[in-house]
Amino acid sequence: MIEHLDLALVNWSRAQFALTALYHWLFVPLTLGITFIIAFMETLYVKTGDPEWKKITKFWMTLFGINFAIGVSTGIILEFEFGTNWSNYSWFVGDIFGAPLAIEGIMAFFMESTFIAIMFFGWNKVSKKFHLLSTWLVAIGSNLSALWILIANGWMQYPVGMHFNPDTARNEMLDFWEVFLSPIGINKFLHTITSSYVLASVFVIGVSARFLLKGREQLLAKRSIIIATIFGLVSSMFLIYTGDGSAYQVAQKQPMKLAAMEGLYEGSEGAGLILLGMPTPGKEINDGKDDYVFKFEIPKLLSFLGYRNADAFVPGVKDIVEGGFEYEDKNGETQIALSALEKIEKGKLAINALSDYKKAKESEDVVKQEEYLKIFRENFKYFGYGFLNDPKSIIPNVPITFYSFHIMVALGFWFILLFALVLFFILKDKLIGKRWLLRLAIITVPLAFIASLSGWIVAEVGRQPWTIQDLLPTVASVSQIDASAVQITFWLFTLVFTALLIAELKIMFKQIKIGPKEGGH
Amino acid sequence: MFESLSHLALQQYWWVIISLLGAILVFLLFVQGGQTLIYTLGKTDMERRLLINSLGRKWEFTFSTLVTFGGAFFASFPLFYATSFGGAYWVWMLILFAFIIQAVSYEFRSKPNNFLGAKTYEVFLFINGVLGTILLGIVVATFFTGSEFSVNEMNFSKWEGAAMGLELVLNPHNLSLGLAIFFLARVLAILYFMNNIDDENIFSRSKKQLIYNAIPFLVFFLVFVIWLMFIDGFAYDPVSKKVSYESYKYLHNFLQMPLVLIIFLLGVVLVLLGIGKSIFTICTKGIWVAGAGTIMTVLALFLLAGFNNTAFYPSTFDLQSSLTIENASSSKYTLKVMGYVSLMVPFVIAYIWYTWRLMNNKKIDADEMNEDIHIY
Repeated sequence: MIEHLDLALVNWSRAQFALTALYHWLFVPLTLGITFIIAFMETLYVKTGDPEWKKITKFWMTLFGINFAIGVSTGIILEFEFGTNWSNYSWFVGDIFGAPLAIEGIMAFFMESTFIAIMFFGWNKVSKKFHLLSTWLVAIGSNLSALWILIANGWMQYPVGMHFNPDTARNEMLDFWEVFLSPIGINKFLHTITSSYVLASVFVIGVSARFLLKGREQLLAKRSIIIATIFGLVSSMFLIYTGDGSAYQVAQKQPMKLAAMEGLYEGSEGAGLILLGMPTPGKEINDGKDDYVFKFEIPKLLSFLGYRNADAFVPGVKDIVEGGFEYEDKNGETQIALSALEKIEKGKLAINALSDYKKAKESEDVVKQEEYLKIFRENFKYFGYGFLNDPKSIIPNVPITFYSFHIMVALGFWFILLFALVLFFILKDKLIGKRWLLRLAIITVPLAFIASLSGWIVAEVGRQPWTIQDLLPTVASVSQIDASAVQITFWLFTLVFTALLIAELKIMFKQIKIGPKEGGH
Repeated sequence: MFESLSHLALQQYWWVIISLLGAILVFLLFVQGGQTLIYTLGKTDMERRLLINSLGRKWEFTFSTLVTFGGAFFASFPLFYATSFGGAYWVWMLILFAFIIQAVSYEFRSKPNNFLGAKTYEVFLFINGVLGTILLGIVVATFFTGSEFSVNEMNFSKWEGAAMGLELVLNPHNLSLGLAIFFLARVLAILYFMNNIDDENIFSRSKKQLIYNAIPFLVFFLVFVIWLMFIDGFAYDPVSKKVSYESYKYLHNFLQMPLVLIIFLLGVVLVLLGIGKSIFTICTKGIWVAGAGTIMTVLALFLLAGFNNTAFYPSTFDLQSSLTIENASSSKYTLKVMGYVSLMVPFVIAYIWYTWRLMNNKKIDADEMNEDIHIY
C-alpha cells in the first residue's frame, strides 16, 4: 500500500506543518479575542456617543488590522497543505475532513472579509449602527472560522460519524451531526476560543500598562483595562471549565496523550496530578529509571479529573504499550487492553484483508470478497497500527508534551491572578501607582502567546504518531514527493514567515508608540 | 431537496458549484491584474495611492474565493485535491507563496517602520499579480492538456511528471491560457479603475492601456480556444468508466451541450462588449459587462472539461488514472450535506453585493485619502 516509507520525507513534512501551523497560531488567537474587545468598545461608543470611545475603538482596530493581515498571510498555506503534503490523508478522510474546510470558507471567510472592509473604510460611508453591526460580524466571522477548523481537528483526534468503504478505500461520512457535535471537537473549540480571549485580554492590558507607565493616554488605558480584565476573568472561568472537559475527553479517547501530558510511564490507581516536576531525561519504558527526577503532586487528582473517580486506574505509557489492564469501552463494558504489538498485528491483518478484497473483487470472486471483508471489519479498529512496526512508535515525545502542558496550565493560573490584581487596583483607582504590577502586565504579554502555543503543542505532539487517531499514522498520510522539495519549502517558509513576523512586530511596536491619533488611524 | 438526487446528479451539481467558484475567482483576479499596473497607471505618489487603496478594499474577496475554491474542491472532489496539490507541488507552492506575500502587503506598505520598505511590498504585489494569474491559468489549462500521475488501487495518487508540476509551465497550450488570464486580469483591472477612481490622469491612461492589454488577451485566448476545438480530448465510457482519447472531444462537448456553447459565446461577446464600449465611449460600467462575461466564459470552460463524460483531470501517464467527476468525488451523503451548505452561497453573494454597493457608491478620490479612515 505504501511502497517505501521515507522517514526523511515524513519528518520534513511534519516539520513544515508544525512550522506553518505554529506561525499561524501566533496571530490567530489575538484576532479571535480582540475583535470582541473592539466590538464591546464600539458598542459603548454607539451607546454613549462619547468620542473618546471612538478613539479607543480605532486605536485597537489599527493594531488588529496589522495582526489580521499576517494571520491571513500565514493561514492560506494551511488550507492547501493537506493536499500538497498530506495527499494520502486527503483522500483517506477527505470525504469527512473536506466539508468543514469548505464550510469555513463559505460561512466564515466571506463574512470576515466583507465586513472588515466596512469596519476599516466605512466610518463615513455607512450609518453608525451598520458599522457596529459590521464590527460584530467580523468578530463572529473569525470565531466561526475557528469553530469549523477545530471541529475538523477534533475529528482527527477522535473520528466519529463515519465508516470505511472498502470499494473506494477511504472513510466516508455517515452522520454530519455526529461529526459536528462531537464532544472532543466542541470542547476543543470552546477551550481554544476562550484561551484566545484570555490572550487578547492580556495583550490589551499589557499595551495599556505601557501607556500608564509612560504617563500617556490615561483614559484610553484605564477604559481598555477595565474591559479587558473583566473579559479576561470571565473567559478564564470558562477556560478552566473547558480545560477540565478537554482533559476528561483526552483521558477517555487518547489515553496515551494523557500519559504523555503527565509524564506517567507506570500507571496506577488513584494517580496524582503533577503540580511541578521533571520527567527523567531519556526515560524509556522498562529501563528501570524513575518516571521523574522530582515531583510535587496532588494525590488522586489525575484519576478524579480523568475518570471522575479518585481511585480509577490511569494507564501509563508502559501500560498502553504492553496492554493487559482493564478499561471501560464506549458501551460501558469492561475490556482488557490489547498490547501495541497485538494491535499492530490486527492492523496488518486489516490492511492485507483490504488488499486481498480488492484482488478478489477484480477476479469477481464473491465468496472470497465476503471472507476478506469479514476479516477486514473485525480488525479495522486498529487499521492504522498496521502501518507501524515498532510498538514503541505509538509513544509521542513525552518531555515536550509534559512541559508544554504544565507551562500552559501554570501560565493560565497566573493570568487569572493578574486579571484579579489589575481589576482590584484599577477599581480602587490605585493602578497607576503600582508600577511593579504594570511592568508585570507588560512582561505577561509574550507569556500569553507562549501559553497559547504550548496548548497547541500539547494537542498536536501528544497525539503522535497519528493524523487520525488509531486509523492513520503520519507515515501513511504523507504525499509521495521528494523529501528535498519539502526541505526547500520548509526553509522558504521559515525565511518568509520570519521576515513577515519581524515586520509585523516592528510595525506593531511603532503603532503602539505612536498611540491613538485624534480621530484614529 | 437534495435527498432525491442520485449520486451522479449530486456530482454534477457540485461540478457546477466548483465551476462557478472558479469563474468568480477568475473575475476577481482583476485585483491581481491591477497590482501589475500600479506604476503603469500611477505616475505620482497620490495616483499610486489611489490605485492601491482602490484595490486594497477588494483583495480579500479574491483571497477568500481562492481559499473557498480550494476548500470546496477538497470537500466535493477530494481525489483531485490530493492528486493535484500533492503532485504539482511546485506550481501550487509558487501560487501559495505569491498569495502569502500579497496578504500583508496592503496593510504593511504604508506603515512606518515596516522593516522591508514600501518598495518591497509593491514588488510583492507585482509578483502576486504576475504569478497568481499566470499559474492559476496554467493549472486550469491542465484540465484539458492533462498531467502525468497515477492512482493506485487504494486511490493513493503519485505524480509522475518530471518536475513536480513545473513541467506544466513549459507546455505552450498551458502557457497560452495562463497568459490569456494574465492579460484578462489586467483588462478587468483597468475597467475596475475606470469605474472606481475619480482621477482624470488615471482615467486617460487606463483607456490607452486597455487597448494594449485587450489585444494580447484576445490573441492568447483565441490561440487556446481554437487549439482546444481541434485536439483529442479525454472521454470516458459512462458504463465501463474506461477513459480513452476522442478526436474533437471538446468541440463535440460544445455541440452536444448547446446551453454551454451559448453561455460561452454570450460570455465572450459580453467581454468584448465591455472592452469595446470602454474604449470607444465614455462608459465606465465596462467592468460589470466584461465581468459578467468573464464569469460566463470561464464557467462554460469548466463545464466543458467536466461534463458530457469527460475526464476533468486527465492523466497522460496512465489514461485509466484520469479523474472524472464520478471517480474523484465525495460520497453521496457528503455531497448531499454539502448541497445544503451550498444554499448559503446566494446569501453570501447577496451581502457582498449589498456592501460593495454601499462602499462604492461614491468613487474613491484624492480627498478621501486624507480622511480619518484606514488608508493603505
